[in-house]
Amino acid sequence: MSTLEIRGLKVTVDTEQGVKEILKGVDLTIKSGETHAIMGPNGSGKSTLAYSIAGHPKYTIAGGTVTLDGADVLEMSVDERAKAGLFLAMQYPVEVPGVSVSNFLRTAATALRGEAPKLREWVGEVKSAMEGLKMDPSFAQRNVNEGFSGGEKKRHEIMQLELLKPKFAILDETDSGLDVDALRIVSEGVVRAKEANNLGVLLITHYTRILRYIQPDFVHVFAAGKVVEQGGPELAEKLEANGYAEYVGA
Amino acid sequence: MTTLQSNLLENHTPTGREEAWRFTPLKRLAGLHDGSAKPEARNSLTLNGTAQSGVSFTRGAVTAASASEDAIVNRIRNYTSDGAILAIDKNVVVDAPIFLNRSCGGVDTAELSRVQIRLGEHSKATVILENTGDTHLAEDLEIILAPGSDLTFISLQEWGSKAVYAATHNAIIDRDATFKAIHVTVGGDVVRLLPKVEFVGPGASADLQGVYFATAGQFFEHRMHVDHAVPRAKSNVNYKGALAGDKAHTVWIGDVYIRAAAEGTDTYELNRNLLLTDGARADSVPNLEIETGEIVGAGHASTTGRFDDEQLFYLMSRGIQEADARRLVVRGFFNEVIALIGNEEIQERLMTRIDDELEKAGK
Repeated sequence: MSTLEIRGLKVTVDTEQGVKEILKGVDLTIKSGETHAIMGPNGSGKSTLAYSIAGHPKYTIAGGTVTLDGADVLEMSVDERAKAGLFLAMQYPVEVPGVSVSNFLRTAATALRGEAPKLREWVGEVKSAMEGLKMDPSFAQRNVNEGFSGGEKKRHEIMQLELLKPKFAILDETDSGLDVDALRIVSEGVVRAKEANNLGVLLITHYTRILRYIQPDFVHVFAAGKVVEQGGPELAEKLEANGYAEYVGA
Repeated sequence: MTTLQSNLLENHTPTGREEAWRFTPLKRLAGLHDGSAKPEARNSLTLNGTAQSGVSFTRGAVTAASASEDAIVNRIRNYTSDGAILAIDKNVVVDAPIFLNRSCGGVDTAELSRVQIRLGEHSKATVILENTGDTHLAEDLEIILAPGSDLTFISLQEWGSKAVYAATHNAIIDRDATFKAIHVTVGGDVVRLLPKVEFVGPGASADLQGVYFATAGQFFEHRMHVDHAVPRAKSNVNYKGALAGDKAHTVWIGDVYIRAAAEGTDTYELNRNLLLTDGARADSVPNLEIETGEIVGAGHASTTGRFDDEQLFYLMSRGIQEADARRLVVRGFFNEVIALIGNEEIQERLMTRIDDELEKAGK
């Protein structure tokens, strides 16, 4: 059982207009096997939370703590956070020209496992992950995210989630840009990863439709850089009906 | 006279003020340009293995296939008529690559080298020229493609750190012939390489691919000159360079000249540079001069950018440590061209060299 704990997290970014505070004291605790949905309007800081936990250099930590089983995540480099068990499925995965998916996945698996996976077993793992996400085998030979459709990028993110086996996954609007079929396929991949590894999930979304496939244990409403309300799955239903108006100040 | 013509029309000792020499550090050229180098008959080029039937590698008198106005080429031609000649007879198709190796030695004297690679009508071959070691070498290399012939020419500059190489690789391409060149420069103190293309018959094509990686103090110049003098020829130029370390300097010049008679020309040239550290300098100058509007296409592009931190973040967020992530991105950048070599052993050797240079350069 692992615990990811976020306490009083404050994050700023440098803008042309000066330093801007985006996160204003976020508190969240996620345990292995739990799924937490973070819902909120555009610009409320949801993605900032995701990227700050992953260690993107654009964001400056202005206060608070993030710990994984007591270890100080904020002190770790980006790759150390991944090695500690954190995974961020990005909303806009980055193209890496000239680097094949196959080479990338094996390099990442080698880094995370501390040794190169045995070739035969690895080929099997990749094949099974790709089949589960209904990806064509030729996908492995393409360059990372280069020329991928929106749906292919998201499948590729979830394929990594299944292969790299983190303790906690932050899914940053993984549902955006997906049609109904792709949403189901990608969601099933997340559920498989949860069941296989007792994964804890922090699922960031605007919409409730992904929650039909990945059922949250907790729903947090995010507005103006902090959690403003928490509840169970029923809170998502209420948001679906009423929107975020009551949280963003009339 | 046009600017592009004047680039190469110099038959005197360069001063550095000429367009064709303005980027080159003349003081570091080991006297190859001004006659102060001490030539020695080293004849360092050898054929690796035995030539198959229809292929010959000999030494003998060389008659220049094309006049040159380049100062170094003319010094070489004035010095000697002796040269190495690789000939592929007409209709001969050579499946395995032909390797030309360079055994170098010493930088106290210089070698002035003449080479001709001749392809007979409808012949086909791949020639791989492997340049290694330390030397001072000026080279006049002519590639003569008879009608309908097909040559892939791979020139690997894996020089040692003291090497100075000033060369013209001039391809003279006749009707319906196909020329593909891949130039790789990853070693040497100063490399000044002039890949040239002269179309002398219609319907031919030239594809010039190149990569270069300069680290601290190295100067690598690649100066294309593609002369569309006849109708319906096609040319494509794609060069990618990376630089790391203080005073790493690369120059890429792409001169494409479409003469009035060259109707139906289709040409595109691209140069991309990746600056991995501060203190390095990449010059990139595409030039296109067009004397006829009756063409299929003519375009060029040049970009010089820094390392993409978003790529680094993406890879590191998957557990890959920074140095490995950088290596992966740089390998990926070069892979587009390196993969065209079609020889796993050479590709891996070049990538390893690039890894090593990157490591030496540090962050």
